[in-house]
Formats: sequence, C-alpha cells, structure tokens
Amino acid sequence: MAENKTPLTKEITKGIIKENPTLVMLLGMCPTLAVTTQAANGIGMGLATTFVLLGSNIVISALRKVIPDKVRIPAFIVVIASFVTLIGFLLEGFVPSLYDSLGIYLTLITVNCIIFGRAEMFASKNGVVASACDAIGMGIGFTLALFLMGSVREIIGAGQWLGFRIPVISEQPMLLFIMPAGGFFTLGVIIALVNKLSNKKPPQELGCSGCPNAEKCGKAGDCQ
Amino acid sequence: MKTMLVILLSAMLTDNFVLSKFMGICPFLGVSKKLDSAAGMGIAVTFVMICATLVTYPIHHGILVPNHLEYFDTVVFILIIALFVQLVENILKKCVPSLYSSLGVYLPLITTNCAVLGVTVLNIDNGYSFGQSIVNALGAGLGFMLALVIFSGVRKKLEYADIPETFKGVPATLIAASIVSVSFMGFSGLFN
Repeated sequence: MAENKTPLTKEITKGIIKENPTLVMLLGMCPTLAVTTQAANGIGMGLATTFVLLGSNIVISALRKVIPDKVRIPAFIVVIASFVTLIGFLLEGFVPSLYDSLGIYLTLITVNCIIFGRAEMFASKNGVVASACDAIGMGIGFTLALFLMGSVREIIGAGQWLGFRIPVISEQPMLLFIMPAGGFFTLGVIIALVNKLSNKKPPQELGCSGCPNAEKCGKAGDCQ
Repeated sequence: MKTMLVILLSAMLTDNFVLSKFMGICPFLGVSKKLDSAAGMGIAVTFVMICATLVTYPIHHGILVPNHLEYFDTVVFILIIALFVQLVENILKKCVPSLYSSLGVYLPLITTNCAVLGVTVLNIDNGYSFGQSIVNALGAGLGFMLALVIFSGVRKKLEYADIPETFKGVPATLIAASIVSVSFMGFSGLFN
C-alpha cells in the first residue's frame, strides 16, 4: 500500500465532519431532500448508500489497475449499479418496510454523485484498505447528515421522533416541514448553520459549477 | 386521450420532478442562473428523457421481461442512458450543428441526471403503456424546464437582495427554492 500515506483513522474521520459530503461538499442533494421526511428513513437511506459506497470503493480500488482509463466511467457505473441492485434485493427481502418507503430513491443511489465522486477522486487512486476506510467515513457523514435533516423535519413537521410523540409540538405540527418545500428550507438553514459554526466562506455555487468533482466527472455527466 | 392529458399535466405540475420529487436538484440549482441556459438545459433534458424512454421501454418489455431479467433494469438503463447521450451528442455534432451548438454543452451534463433515470424507472414501475410512457417523459421534461425557467427569474431578483452573510450563496438559494416549491403545492389535488 505504497500510495497510502495518511493514517487510516484520518481517512474515516475526515468524511464525518471536515469533508462531510452533504453539508460541506454539497453532494448528493436529491436523496438528502427526498427521503428525510422521517429520521428513520434518513438512517435507512444513509446506510444503504454506505453499503453501495463501501462495495463500489472496494471493487473499484481493487480493479483500478485493470480498468483502462478510457472506459473507466462506464465501468464505474456498472459496478455501482450492480451494488444498488444487490442492496435492493437485500432490503426487499429483509426490511420490506424500508424498501417501500425509500421507493424509487433506492434505485437512484446509482446516480448519487457522492458514490461516483469518491470512485473517481479516491478509489481509483488509492489502495483497497484506504478506500474502504474512506467509504466508511463518507458513509457515516452522509448518514449523520440525513439523520439530522430527518430529525428536524420529523420533530417539527410531524411532532414525533423515531416513533415517540413530542409533547407540545405534536398538538399542532407544522405540516409544511414534511412537505417538499420544508426539505429545501431545512437544508438551507442547516447549511447556513454549518457555515456559521465553521466560520467558512459559504460556497457560492451549487451543482457542477461548485462541485469538487465537476472537472473530473464533467465528461460523465452532471454529478447527480 | 383524457388519461394522456392527466399524465402529462400531473408529471408537469402536481408531481413536478424537481420541486416535489427532488430529482435533478444539481442542474436545477447549478444551471438556473440565467434564463437562456435554464431554457437550454430544460430542452436538452426533455429531449433526452423522451429518447431514453423510447429506447428503455422496448428493451425492458422486449428483452428483459421475456427472459425474466427485470432485476437488471438499473444496470441496463443507466448504461443505455450513458451510451445514448454520447450517441445523440455525436449525431447532433455531425448532422445538425446548429442544434448542437445550442444544446451540445448541456448534453454531457445530463447523462447521470437522476431525473432521466428516474423517469425511465417510473414508467416501468407505474405500468404505463408505451404511449403513456412517452407522454410521461414529455411532461416530466416540460415540468423540469418550467421549474428551471421560473427559478431563474427568482434568482435574478435574489442577486439584488440584501442577504445576511451566513445565508449568502447556497442557503439563500435553497430557501428561495422552498418558496417556489410552496407555490407548486397550489397545484396539488388538481387531478384526483
């Protein structure tokens, strides 16, 4: 593992706070907004994405010297889509309720730009162990962000949290928060808070123009 | 005819892909700065959505279903979309250079736009017929374009607004998107 210079613990922790894929790097917006009407869905989506990310990172880093550079993008897409199909089967068989509530967004993990971005930026350049650690860190970061979003929206919008009723709010929950509009609003406020707490200059752009992978994946498509 | 119209309008308005299904958020926030690029992106996405449906629907029902390979949908569809966008780009470049110069820049951007994969999968999941699938793709594309064009107008105003430092950039854009989304909630219950 000659190219692996940073300690493995650092590979894991960087994804959780400093380079949090959702709140700092602003990747993977669609699932973040779509499935977070409940905290439990957020965790489910986060773990499913982590599984796909871990699998694809390991396979891609193991095959990084075999895959020719020119066909790497279709190759990555096939690996990622295969793992998505696999997690679809697993969830359908073992956690059918989660499978139903994630619905089409489970299929759309295929085009989640966190996964493609990590494959392109990290797994195709680093060893298997480092890539697995990177995937675990990014996955935990993504899951935590989704859990946070889901908790805020579920508590304010439905007056409950993971099935527990919240005393005062449940009398008159603000339904707007579990509707699509509330998703945009909650994410906007959370990103503003992260900016404030980290004293970082807020990112001015979103989408490919502000996406750290844009240059790399520009040929493959908008990172979403 | 009536079902066609309902599918078209509900894909466009009540179930708007961007504002109520959250598909294609990246291009929605990234390419909506100027009106002309928003419209160009919208047309390109509509075009690719219809073409992708034209290809994936026969493949699903003609090849995958008879061989009991439905579970390959995701892998096959995403590959088809990626290949297809490349093909369309090359054809346009050779045959219709004028169209290429206006749409070409957006084409590579939408290979893995989740709205495109989303619409092809939804067509299968909802059990639409071939005609209904194409109408659904058209509606989804037009809805995407509508959201982008409306939002580009909002963002123009946003540029002159006095926003608190912390909210500048992405947070303010997301909150503006939330308000546009509220306005689309007005369409809900239109077709029941």
